[in-house]
Amino acid sequence: MLIKLEKIEKIYEIGTVQVPALRGINLNVEKNEYIAIMGPSGSGKSTLMNIIGCLDTPSSGDYLLNQHNVSTMDDDQLAEIRNREIGFVFQTFNLLPRASALHNVELPMIYNGTPAAGRRKMAEEALEKVGLADRMHHKPNELSGGQRQRVAIARALVNRPSIILADEPTGNLDSRTGDEIMEIFEGLHEQGNTIILVTHEEYIAEHSNRIIRLRDGMVERDESVH
Amino acid sequence: MVLTDTFHLALSAFRSNKMRSLLTLLGIIIGVMTIIAMQSLITGLRKSINEQVSSLGSSVFQVQKFPAINMGPHDHDKYRNRKDITYADALAVRERVTAAKAVGAEVWNWGAELRYKDRKTLPNIQLAGVTPEFLENNGLEIAEGRFITAEDVDLNVAVTVIGADVVDKLFPFEDPLGKDIKLMGRRFEVVGIFEKKGSAFGQSQDNRIAIPFFQFTRLYGKERSINITVQAATPALVETATEQTIGVMRTQRKVKPGIENDFEIYSNETITGFFDNITKYVRIVAIAIASISLLVAGVGIMNIMLVSVTERTREIGIRKSVGAKRSDILWQFLIEAIVLSELGGLIGIMLGLGIGKLVDALTPIPAAVPVWTVFLGLIFCSFVGLVFGVYPALKAARMDPITALRYE
Repeated sequence: MLIKLEKIEKIYEIGTVQVPALRGINLNVEKNEYIAIMGPSGSGKSTLMNIIGCLDTPSSGDYLLNQHNVSTMDDDQLAEIRNREIGFVFQTFNLLPRASALHNVELPMIYNGTPAAGRRKMAEEALEKVGLADRMHHKPNELSGGQRQRVAIARALVNRPSIILADEPTGNLDSRTGDEIMEIFEGLHEQGNTIILVTHEEYIAEHSNRIIRLRDGMVERDESVH
Repeated sequence: MVLTDTFHLALSAFRSNKMRSLLTLLGIIIGVMTIIAMQSLITGLRKSINEQVSSLGSSVFQVQKFPAINMGPHDHDKYRNRKDITYADALAVRERVTAAKAVGAEVWNWGAELRYKDRKTLPNIQLAGVTPEFLENNGLEIAEGRFITAEDVDLNVAVTVIGADVVDKLFPFEDPLGKDIKLMGRRFEVVGIFEKKGSAFGQSQDNRIAIPFFQFTRLYGKERSINITVQAATPALVETATEQTIGVMRTQRKVKPGIENDFEIYSNETITGFFDNITKYVRIVAIAIASISLLVAGVGIMNIMLVSVTERTREIGIRKSVGAKRSDILWQFLIEAIVLSELGGLIGIMLGLGIGKLVDALTPIPAAVPVWTVFLGLIFCSFVGLVFGVYPALKAARMDPITALRYE
């Protein structure tokens, strides 16, 4: 079992008011699954995504990621888990604007002490994998939206994480470029990667094998596709 | 995260905001520049004074009637009424100061006139009646011939050793050695020539001549205070020798306990010490001004780092999302603040050195930079960067990754 969520609750305190965002989520994910998480805004999918991505910890419940009990970790331990186990792909790409594509991809390896030479080689390989061999030294503003998202995917891949976590990865792209990005994800899935996708587009979700629908902080439906 | 990565990051942050960074650094630049320029001028001045006043040989001090530097006229009577220092005093010192290697007696006339055949000098020749110790105790050397010997003094032989200016004046076309020059109508055989010394404070040190001590007293009488030069046996013994000499002199002159010395001890350090005393306050003021300017600069750096942290909130979020720990972010911004201050320090050092060189070139004041000031300047800059960079860096390190990632 790669991911095991047990009775995950997340309660935000806004002033004195307690706002529950997640109300008892149970979820198991096996290695090499391709999952889409769907739900209307306010359903808690961003919160769930943040918790799965170890950017946030649950108020209660247990989260086991690759045998690590993440729910009790402190900031620095979470940072290490994010570095080793998670590859993020964001809707807004989130690349460092002043750094080249290559440097952006090297970034996760900077924080785990990979020596500079090895880092560069691995970043180059990751960029080649997403078809950007000829754009390595371009800065994000010299790249198209699709290319930027590929850089982000290369960055997500480069540390060989357990999960690739993509939050509306095609949200800022036109549909043709979006399709190209989805093809890359499909390829990654076929190579054995585990992918969790957050989206509100049905046709994007249909690329996955399993769709989890959230409503009001709970799993409404969990169904396999195909 | 490796230090070199952090360092490169800091430099790239500087490059992307050149103008802003430079303006921020102005305070540091001015502060460091002031210190360096000031130090280099004071040190240069001190060094040149030191070279010029090194009138005595090494480990040598001198007993004299008048102080070397007389501050204000009100004390003049006090000094004038002192007993003259005598040859007998010199003998007592020579006999009883065990830490001394060589004790010389010398007596001066500052306005002698010399003649050779139909030539004569101006009446401004510095004439010294000496014992053989004179040469070494005054840090002088012989260029040609020999110096006055103990025998010359004991037998009171009429010989003289002359300086380069005297040679130029009296012997433009001849070899002076073996010739007789006339002083107050008496003949003195030139047996040696002093090595050229150059000038100090615009005054030539080469228009002097030396004759045996008692030849001098025969010409000018004994009613003149002499100087006693004492060379300590080793540099370490200078202090002991000084104390012993003071003791001997007090006994000789019957100075009662509790009464201050009625003579002066002069050494090469007397004048540099006097200079250090004056410049001490200049240094303190300069350092105070520079410190205030660095303090203000530090606040400027803190301000710009806070702006930078806010501007780069998103970047911090991205870095955290791919695995940067708090300490990584902390160091990134801390190193950036330190590198920023160091850059300011470097520019300040260059400008300070430049000012020193400029003053050196345009005025007679020499410049010399002590290496420690440069290092001290850089260390101080790091310190400023560190102190004023901590708060912004902590602020960056403590950011919540989710909030930071969503920051627009």
